[in-house]
Amino acid sequence: MKELKLMKGNEALAEAAIRSGCDAYFGYPITPQSEVLEYLSTYAEQRTGMLVLQAESEVAAINMIYGAGGTGKRVMISSSSPGISLMQEGISYIACAEIPCVIVNVVRGGPGLGTIQPSQGDYFQAVKGGGHGDYKLIVLAPSTVQEMADFVPRAFELAFKYRNPVMILTDGALGQMMEKVELFEPIPRKTNIEPWATVGKPKTRERNILTSLHIEPDKMEQINLHLQAKYKTIQGNEIEYETYKCDDADVILTAYGLVARICKKSADLAREKGIKVGVFRPITLFPFPYKQLSKLSGKIKGILDVEMNAGQMVEDVRLAVEGKIPVEFHGRMGGIVPAPDEILQKIVRMDFFREEKFAGELI
Amino acid sequence: MNERTMLIEEENICIQENLVYEKPKTLLDTPMHYCPGCAHGVVHRLLAEAIDELGIQEDTIGVAPVGCSVFAYNYLDIDMQEAAHGRASAVATGIKRVLPDKYVFSYQGDGDLAAIGTGETLHTCNRGENILIVFINNGIYGMTGGQMAPTTLEGMKTTTTPFGRNVSLMGHPLKITDLIAQLPGVYYATRVAVNTPGNVRKAKKAILKSFQYQKEKKGLCFIEVVSNCPSNWKMTPLESNKWLEENMFPFYPLGDLKSPDGKSIKAAKGE
Ligand SMILES: Cc1ncc(C[n+]2csc(CCOP(=O)(O)OP(=O)(O)O)c2C)c(N)n1
Repeated sequence: MKELKLMKGNEALAEAAIRSGCDAYFGYPITPQSEVLEYLSTYAEQRTGMLVLQAESEVAAINMIYGAGGTGKRVMISSSSPGISLMQEGISYIACAEIPCVIVNVVRGGPGLGTIQPSQGDYFQAVKGGGHGDYKLIVLAPSTVQEMADFVPRAFELAFKYRNPVMILTDGALGQMMEKVELFEPIPRKTNIEPWATVGKPKTRERNILTSLHIEPDKMEQINLHLQAKYKTIQGNEIEYETYKCDDADVILTAYGLVARICKKSADLAREKGIKVGVFRPITLFPFPYKQLSKLSGKIKGILDVEMNAGQMVEDVRLAVEGKIPVEFHGRMGGIVPAPDEILQKIVRMDFFREEKFAGELI
Repeated sequence: MNERTMLIEEENICIQENLVYEKPKTLLDTPMHYCPGCAHGVVHRLLAEAIDELGIQEDTIGVAPVGCSVFAYNYLDIDMQEAAHGRASAVATGIKRVLPDKYVFSYQGDGDLAAIGTGETLHTCNRGENILIVFINNGIYGMTGGQMAPTTLEGMKTTTTPFGRNVSLMGHPLKITDLIAQLPGVYYATRVAVNTPGNVRKAKKAILKSFQYQKEKKGLCFIEVVSNCPSNWKMTPLESNKWLEENMFPFYPLGDLKSPDGKSIKAAKGE
């Protein structure tokens, strides 16, 4: 039965994990995501028998995920930026051994211990690798509490479809804010055994080995080629994005997650002043909607990319646009969230826009 | 060659009822990459024998470490996972927690278990995870070419302690088994060796017991195998076994450090 609730983003995500039939969660406290571990510790076991374990560190937790995920169960881990940094070695092993799992990063401001306030400073880490070697996570970026819930079963689906770790890249504001959320109907826990899983070798099959070690260069290159082919398939199949008032737009704001929401407000404010602004929001950060954005850029005068960092996704935006139109950037850092009118002010001050006839009166 | 000897030659003595010893079923017929005289191969075989005798091949999952035994899965015919350096006990925890009725063991060297993975080792033991940890203590980093390990003895020469381990600079050799034996989560902690037939038999007994305890859900079992490393100790296998007896055993005395029948702690005190 569908249920309507007022929930914090972190709680909605934890509730969604239970409803997704998640088998095991391993975590370690860190603000602003501790509610996930707390919520699951309170409700998960009694509801579905799901295992919840507080590990001694994020390093241990991600390796527990490797072990438990290797048995073919649905496993999830969450943390915030410094904890995710600690997990990078393990994530690289998981990607190479092709162990499906869901990793949640409720991003806070960095670098270093930084701040517990929201940030998008981990885009590069999530999308471009993070750990060592050539690998990709599938990265989903929710922008509402509703999506904090809805993206969890989607993430599990993708993780098993491609035998690949999936990251939900969110931030401290989405984790902490309360919104109305419609909860999906519970999905039963898995009963099927994955053919590749290490569950004990029956007489009917060869032993299963999960490893990222292939000491022969020829073999290791084959593994890499296999991974790259998989990532290409993912790029072909799984791109998701949202457009907002892009049809007649002169200017497009590119943003993901929380900032995309704010940008919609900025677009509305701009339209009140007669400036046609739209919003292009990648939902999958890997695979990134390069082609879709490229196509759109043929119809507009310029792009303002807005992020809560020093300019990270903007590099992918520029790759998509290939210099055809100007791309400018507005970013706030250290836990500061940009305001709608601040973005509007930035729009009207953009170099390419100032040349427009009506710009003068707005500045 | 007379008629009589010819008759004997023709008689096939390789028949089932004459067999006294054979390759365990769980041990694969793959040539091992270990150096001559290394203990890893013997311990692999003991694990395979124990798994066969208990009939648990289909229910056993092993975790290999980063170290010389990283390829353990090439020799054991069971499902296995290879863990990051030091994290084998966390990986084993993950497996065991979702498959509590299976037999799970990790197999780790001293660098893996007592240096980079000390945190995971202590906490896995402290949680009393119902698994077996097999700990090969050869006093050195074998795989990377003979650097100092946490268990390297005082004065012992390695490539990173070319003048001998200086404890004022590098700290003392770590008796990690003594440490974890204090934890309530640990049910059985023992120190064995495989340098003589007698010791091999004792080591095997310890493995058999540990799997039995795991079946009874008694908690963590920890077997330290005090081992040699002829190549990196720069000795012949025979010399290395002599050195093992004369130098390693006095510091790492064999025997139970914690056993359910109460006969314990003797070894820990070095008596
Ligand atoms: C994170 C990380 N650091 C360092 C290494 C390099 N490394 C591989 S094996 C090893 C030491 C292994 O020694 P030990 O655990 O004593 O096992 P042995 O080889 O002696 O059996 C090291 C340092 C690594 N693979 N990963």
